Amino acid sequence: MPLPYSEIVMEHFRHPRNVGRIEDADAKSIEGSPACGDMVAVYLKVDPEDLRLTDVKFESYGCASNIATGSIITELAKGKTLEEAKAITWKQASEALGGLPPIKTHCSVLAVDGLQAAIQNYEERHGLVKERVPTTVEVVRKRLKRVMNPLTGLDLVRTKLVKDIEVSDGTVRVELDLPSDHQFAANIQEEIMEKIEPLWDVDKVVVEFTE
Amino acid sequence: MFGEFVYLDNAAATRLDGRVLEAMKPYFLETYAVATSQFGYSLGIEARDVLDAARATIARALGAVPEEFIFTSGSTESSNMALKGVAMALGGKKGRHIVVSRIEDFPVLHSARALEKQGFQVTYLDVDEYGRLDLDQLREAITPQTILVSAQAANQEIGTLQDLAAIGAICRERGVLFHTDATHSFLRVPLDVREVPVDLVTVTAHLIHGPKGVGGLYVRQGTPLAKWMDGGFQEFNLRAGSENIPGAVGFARAVELVTPEETARLQEMRDRLIERLLRIPHSRLNGHPTLRLPHNANVSFRFVEGESILLHLDMRGFAVSTGSACFSRSLEASHVILGIGGNHERAHGSVRFTFGRFNQAEDMDAVADAISDVIENLRAISPLGKE
Repeated sequence: MPLPYSEIVMEHFRHPRNVGRIEDADAKSIEGSPACGDMVAVYLKVDPEDLRLTDVKFESYGCASNIATGSIITELAKGKTLEEAKAITWKQASEALGGLPPIKTHCSVLAVDGLQAAIQNYEERHGLVKERVPTTVEVVRKRLKRVMNPLTGLDLVRTKLVKDIEVSDGTVRVELDLPSDHQFAANIQEEIMEKIEPLWDVDKVVVEFTE
Repeated sequence: MFGEFVYLDNAAATRLDGRVLEAMKPYFLETYAVATSQFGYSLGIEARDVLDAARATIARALGAVPEEFIFTSGSTESSNMALKGVAMALGGKKGRHIVVSRIEDFPVLHSARALEKQGFQVTYLDVDEYGRLDLDQLREAITPQTILVSAQAANQEIGTLQDLAAIGAICRERGVLFHTDATHSFLRVPLDVREVPVDLVTVTAHLIHGPKGVGGLYVRQGTPLAKWMDGGFQEFNLRAGSENIPGAVGFARAVELVTPEETARLQEMRDRLIERLLRIPHSRLNGHPTLRLPHNANVSFRFVEGESILLHLDMRGFAVSTGSACFSRSLEASHVILGIGGNHERAHGSVRFTFGRFNQAEDMDAVADAISDVIENLRAISPLGKE
């Protein structure tokens, strides 16, 4: 079939694993929104003794890439300790799926973020979180590494699209080396907002394009 | 598997009619000369006669005279030619203001944006919940500097028809040129330029079972239009380049083959499918219930995303289209669904079905059954729409 998706992606898309809700979940998360086109919910059951994920389930509103990644991360995470699961990256998920088209990597990132957010949710609920770290240029840069350039499937930082980052008084300003009429300008801007806005001490995110 | 394939994306491309292909063949292998002047060799003169005949056939279908019809490479070029040609002809004289609707297809919309960068002012007119232009807003938008109004005959996604006679009358009254992109309505919805005061009309062959790569622009006699692609003196010195004779012949043959009976048959299929689709819970029709293309159905389904629907339908042998961002080349949700006041979710869950000559009434039941099933499955794994 001349589809852009690998056999493994299509297999997970057709028959997603671990779908559904855990009614008495120990932690859960929802990443994305109907507005952005992809949304994933992750539910966890955790063994309090050894902090191991005894069950992981997901629900997805999204494209094939989102559904398949949601499916694969539940397989990757199940049985791992929280610390081990925290180390799962979007790259690993993508590799486990036999690769994803560049334009679809952001959907994979969203699903992995869902898993990470659910783990964080567990840690917050169970007093496992250390002190809240104030947002710095480095924190922002690290988050921008999870915003993908749909043309290449690589992140903004690696493809040198981030010209400058400023953080002051709760305002984060990100300057991109990208014209405002670029094919993906609106999409990239939205992704940046989604990644930076949830930071606890950020009130406002400004994305600037070149003219 | 393609024997069983049901193609419902006829607004993107249609299958070439075998009779069109037969008509085109001699102009690849026998009469392959370019059209020459009357002083050329016989083969070239023959090519010219054939081109003239094809032009006359298509012009007649629009109620135009042959000299008013310019062959182009398709509707993208035609609309570029209309907007940029008028801008170049009048931008330095009359004014630099253009009016377009917000839900135009990309050839018009992006030509308007390109002109904006050249210093033209563009007003983007709003549409109502069905996609119909607000005529009062149009009247207000026209200024003494306005040179052109471009409003589509029918929408590419939701199929809504515009009142071209009323829009044309306003333009006439205010002395402004009127272009319409009739790519999707050509021959399916009557348009006679002797009755409708329109100055420029974009049409194409590949949506009426003709070949890709050939289209045309109707240019009312006396319409100021600058030549913007330089070269030879072809097409009344408005469009340079060796003529696409097989394309022109195929286009004309395709025009001859469309009948009102066929269009009526497509409309019956449309109504049957819409009726079936709206039985699915949380579904809604996009576009106007009656003032719509006879061969277009567009429905949004809540809590599910279009690309997933499309892929599942593909695996079951149905080709459809969606306004979802995930499916678009810019990852942006359909500007048409957003333009009629829909939110992103409605765009992401929108599915477009467009019919053609080779579809059968049974296809409608088959696709309705398949999509009901697909949507039920996708809703089962969706975090939305529960409780």
